[in-house]
Amino acid sequence: MVTHDAARDAAGESGTAEFLRQVRCAWVIAKKNARVYYLKGPVVTFGIVFPLFFYLSFAAGHNAPVDLMVPGIAAMALFFTASAVGPLVTPWERQARTFERLITSPASLSAILAGDVGAGAAFGAALALLPLAAALALTTAQVIAPLPLLAGWLLGSIAFSSLGVLMAAPATDTPSQVMMLSNLVRLPLIFVSGVFVPHAQMPQWGQWLSPLSPLSYCADLIRVGFGASAYFSVTLDVLALAGFSAAFLVAAHFFHRRTRDHAT
Amino acid sequence: MADAFGPASMPVDALVADGLTRCFGERMAVDHVNFSVGRGEVFGFLGPNGAGKSTTARMLTGFLAPTAGRAVVAGFDVAKSPGAARRHIGVVPEEANVYADLTVRQNVLLMAELHGVTKAQRELRCTELLQTFDLTARATQKGRELSKGLRQRLMLCMALVGSPQILFLDEPTSGLDVASTRMIHEVISRMNREQGMTVFLTTHNMEEADQLCHRVAIIDRGRLAAIDTPAALRGRVDSRRSVVVKFSGPGVGPADVLPRPDMEIETLVDGWRVFSPEPGPLAQHIAARTAALGLRIDSLNTLSPTLEEVFLSITGGAHGHA
Repeated sequence: MVTHDAARDAAGESGTAEFLRQVRCAWVIAKKNARVYYLKGPVVTFGIVFPLFFYLSFAAGHNAPVDLMVPGIAAMALFFTASAVGPLVTPWERQARTFERLITSPASLSAILAGDVGAGAAFGAALALLPLAAALALTTAQVIAPLPLLAGWLLGSIAFSSLGVLMAAPATDTPSQVMMLSNLVRLPLIFVSGVFVPHAQMPQWGQWLSPLSPLSYCADLIRVGFGASAYFSVTLDVLALAGFSAAFLVAAHFFHRRTRDHAT
Repeated sequence: MADAFGPASMPVDALVADGLTRCFGERMAVDHVNFSVGRGEVFGFLGPNGAGKSTTARMLTGFLAPTAGRAVVAGFDVAKSPGAARRHIGVVPEEANVYADLTVRQNVLLMAELHGVTKAQRELRCTELLQTFDLTARATQKGRELSKGLRQRLMLCMALVGSPQILFLDEPTSGLDVASTRMIHEVISRMNREQGMTVFLTTHNMEEADQLCHRVAIIDRGRLAAIDTPAALRGRVDSRRSVVVKFSGPGVGPADVLPRPDMEIETLVDGWRVFSPEPGPLAQHIAARTAALGLRIDSLNTLSPTLEEVFLSITGGAHGHA
């Protein structure tokens, strides 16, 4: 059977042109997600209200110092907000059957997932600025090294959003099931990240587990931004966040594809 | 119907199902299905519930990966070049899948953007399509506020805004009112006639298939049972040709006017439908016998089998086996 594939491949169309088309599709999907899902109740609850009260309930009882509390609030706000959109979008889209619409559009699965990650990361990076700005205005904390802070902010939002998209991979169209799984994964990652308890004061097992949490590296970069010394190293923090992002995305692609191929 | 339709006018197949197979666990939903659809053809895909119609359509549109075989759409292998294949198609699935929180216009523009339509063209195409489907006044209404018929029209706008070469329609008029059904039929026919658009139509509605399709395929238990023009398929079941006779005034018993007592008869309110492979001589016999008995015939017609009868004959009347 004769198809266009060979001719198209020979013409080199499969490379750059297709990549740019998919980048554009990812952008369109990210815009759509922002428009449709940012103000949904569960996103606001799990992305803003939940982390705020979660941290305040901890900080209020421990009289935490400003240099620990402000980076901690910022890192945790970023973690919760950036990972709030991803787990909800796909189940909602499956429920409304709009996921089928996207899959049969020219957008590839990678572009759809990239769009979901982009929307989640932008939501997290923008909304988590509010507690950061409030903390800067109301406390004595100051940004000493903007670059590590910026790197932690951007890479952290992408890594956390990718984690959210990965958690949406199970074949379910029930958002509450995904949120349950999401919290099951997110809460342990917080406790070993050094956000509540400085690494040096953690038990030995906590210090061993800490490198497994992407939040550890993000919080480390943000702490450096506020003038603290790095627990790992800035380079390791950057590489680890980039690595976590890539790993989460590859895994998300694999599981979403498997879910689709084993659909009944 | 498309005047240009015919083998000579379509050197390239728009769609090819080549041994297409899909298993769900132990169950084989689609079993090595082979067919091709010519460019500019309206192709009907019929079958009972659970026969594999939607699964086949989902493999052709790239939503489901085949277990075996391959789907070629607009010359592109769907597995190897899914993006290229999907740029040439528009899909209207069976269940409404518009974005409930987006307006009618935003839904259409979203699909235009995904298809890479330029901004100026997007606005133009969107406006044209909303006019075509009588949705202009509802452009700012959210998807959730639309009735089923309006949502179906919106889905057609969304499928057509990328100017696809091939349109996939899965039960497009199921549960719609007469006006919406007629509008959709007219637009499908016009797009096919004027733009040479290929249409892959999955339907339960035999009248719709008969009216719109150049060829139809019948799938049963995952296997292709028949594929031909509606007229040729009807010709396969000559035994379902019939004579309908209606009497004015007092009727008469079938045994009095029929040549044989064992003929298949369907009783009507004021007459009968008698099945025979040769309805012409049968009609003459009934007319002669009725006249001899001094009775009056109100109407006497010979009928070809309907596509529904062809369908039931081929599938053994199997409705609803999953």
